[in-house]
Amino acid sequence: MTDDRPRGRALIELDRVEKRFDEVAALKGVSGSIMEGEFFSLLGPSGCGKTTLLRLIAGFDEPTRGAIAIDGKPMAGVPANLRPTNMVFQSYAIFPHLDVAQNVAYGLRRLRLGREETARRVEEALGMVDLAGYGKRAAHALSGGQRQRVALARALVMRPRVLLLDEPLSALDKKLREQMQVELRRLQRAVGITFILVTHDQEEALIMSDRIAVMFDGEIAQLASPETLYRRPVDRRVASFIGVMNFFDARVTGESAGLIELDVAGLGPVAIPPEQAPGGRNAAGTTVGIRPEMLTLLFSDTERAEHEVSGEVVDAVYYGDMTYYDLKLPGTERPATVSMRNTAGRPVLRPGDPARVGWGRESVILLA
Amino acid sequence: MSRADAGAMPARPSGIRRLLRGEAAQGLVLVSPTFLYALLLLAAPLTLVLLISFWTQDYLELDRTFTTANYAEAWSDPLYRLLMGRSLVISGVVTLTTVLLAYPIAYFVAFHVERNKALWIFLITIPFWTSYLLRVFLWKVILGYNGVLNSALLGLGLVDQPLTFLLYNANAVVITLAHAWAPFAILPIYVALAKIDRSLLEAAEDLGDGPLRRFWRVTLPLSMPGVIAAALIVFIPTVGDYVTPRLVGGTDGLMIANMIQVQFGKANNAPLGAALAVSAMAIVAAISLVFLWLNRRFTRGGG
Repeated sequence: MTDDRPRGRALIELDRVEKRFDEVAALKGVSGSIMEGEFFSLLGPSGCGKTTLLRLIAGFDEPTRGAIAIDGKPMAGVPANLRPTNMVFQSYAIFPHLDVAQNVAYGLRRLRLGREETARRVEEALGMVDLAGYGKRAAHALSGGQRQRVALARALVMRPRVLLLDEPLSALDKKLREQMQVELRRLQRAVGITFILVTHDQEEALIMSDRIAVMFDGEIAQLASPETLYRRPVDRRVASFIGVMNFFDARVTGESAGLIELDVAGLGPVAIPPEQAPGGRNAAGTTVGIRPEMLTLLFSDTERAEHEVSGEVVDAVYYGDMTYYDLKLPGTERPATVSMRNTAGRPVLRPGDPARVGWGRESVILLA
Repeated sequence: MSRADAGAMPARPSGIRRLLRGEAAQGLVLVSPTFLYALLLLAAPLTLVLLISFWTQDYLELDRTFTTANYAEAWSDPLYRLLMGRSLVISGVVTLTTVLLAYPIAYFVAFHVERNKALWIFLITIPFWTSYLLRVFLWKVILGYNGVLNSALLGLGLVDQPLTFLLYNANAVVITLAHAWAPFAILPIYVALAKIDRSLLEAAEDLGDGPLRRFWRVTLPLSMPGVIAAALIVFIPTVGDYVTPRLVGGTDGLMIANMIQVQFGKANNAPLGAALAVSAMAIVAAISLVFLWLNRRFTRGGG
């Protein structure tokens, strides 16, 4: 388990930030700190307020209530053009009447660096995004991926304290997107600028971020490292939004020696330490979650696990390297998903086959 | 014809039949009424005017021997040169005034009207509900010696005598035309402004531009196609306008079209009138081409 405490100095501080559009509350009081040099993601389904929060940080909108500070300075009333932030827009917003070099140099004009220094910085920024020599290209002659890189270079050339990225990869095809995820991560490490990424793609957020704020309905549900979000989600929404999660109905039966005693439908009784209830716990009816890879199929009689339960294969989906099984377990309606690596000699079961499932108590998460 | 069409057809039909069945032929049939209309009502009269301009008036007859004497006279006579020059200047000033006045209105509707945009556009067309002649006479009432404006200025004690530079000169022509053509200028500029992606404006702001600088560097260049379209729409017809100068222009405000009318009418010299008309048309065409070239420079982007 990684240390989840933010490291270094807070660059952006959000203090109970609220935003209302007419009568609709887009943000309902968001607080938190974003650290200097960190790759931070705002993750959530559409309409959760993540883009609204990004626009408040950029200065395109003002919060209805609450305060935002960047580098210790309160940002209330500071317009976007005077903030130490730059944005990569979802549509890229490449100026159609300017060529690539003029687009990248757009923000430098105001700094009056002189022709040579401007050209040098533009070329350097274009080199950073692998577009060296593209300066004279017209904006409309660029592909989607190139436009994205120009937008990135145009923002990075300003050397901002914070780079804001509004779903920058959503318009790219899968292959290019995966390539850009790695490149963005590498670029962020190289320049050391704080990146704030807005995305609805949980995989993208997990791959790229140091820390992620998962948002639902205008609130941060959980702010943690990717590993913590995956292993210790605080509630059902976070657990199902990130990765695949099996949910089981459960009952808290007692507490002894610092352990929470549970009776889980389909799996039986188990006792877990309080760390495995990151969202706290309700007294009576509750839910536990177990990731598909935390459940194991026991193929031979000699294989043993801490806890075992017998069931039947309902469905098997073969992915080549992995097989995903849906299992019917006694005492629960909902089938449980188990993922198994297809190692040498391991059989692939068919629907209707009996199956023995093993699991350990450390894989059980009690969800609030 | 596309390959798919050719494949669907039975073994080689005759040329005519193939032509009639093709998409191109269907298109031609579709546009033929309009094409015929254009041919009869635009091309034919224009050709006639062009022909007449090379002939000579011989009392009631037209001498059909080819001559360029009319053009020599049209381009050398100081009076015609003065009228042509004045037409271009008046038209240019009208265009400039109209576009400058139309731009803020178009900008306001495009960026600051949240609801009922359609209603605003509708309101802009209200002047068209009355005839043009009525509107010209209203300007006479407003600008006249005992007109609304002078009465108001006298009443307020701002002037001792009625102002005489308001009516029956080039100023009156400019004011009347600028008012009449404003809606034609507002609409194309509005369309160009409404089309601008709002994220481009935010990007400019994000990169350090205040509102004024952003306007100069992004909004204005991106709306130039609309501005140029507006300029063309106003400039081309106003050069040849003769109603407005006739009614409010006095003698100082007369334009080339008034002279063309005189040549075809009282002066009974249709060939000279035709030569003046063709010359004016050529000059307008040349200026329009410059506008179009400017437009292409703005829309092409980069370079």
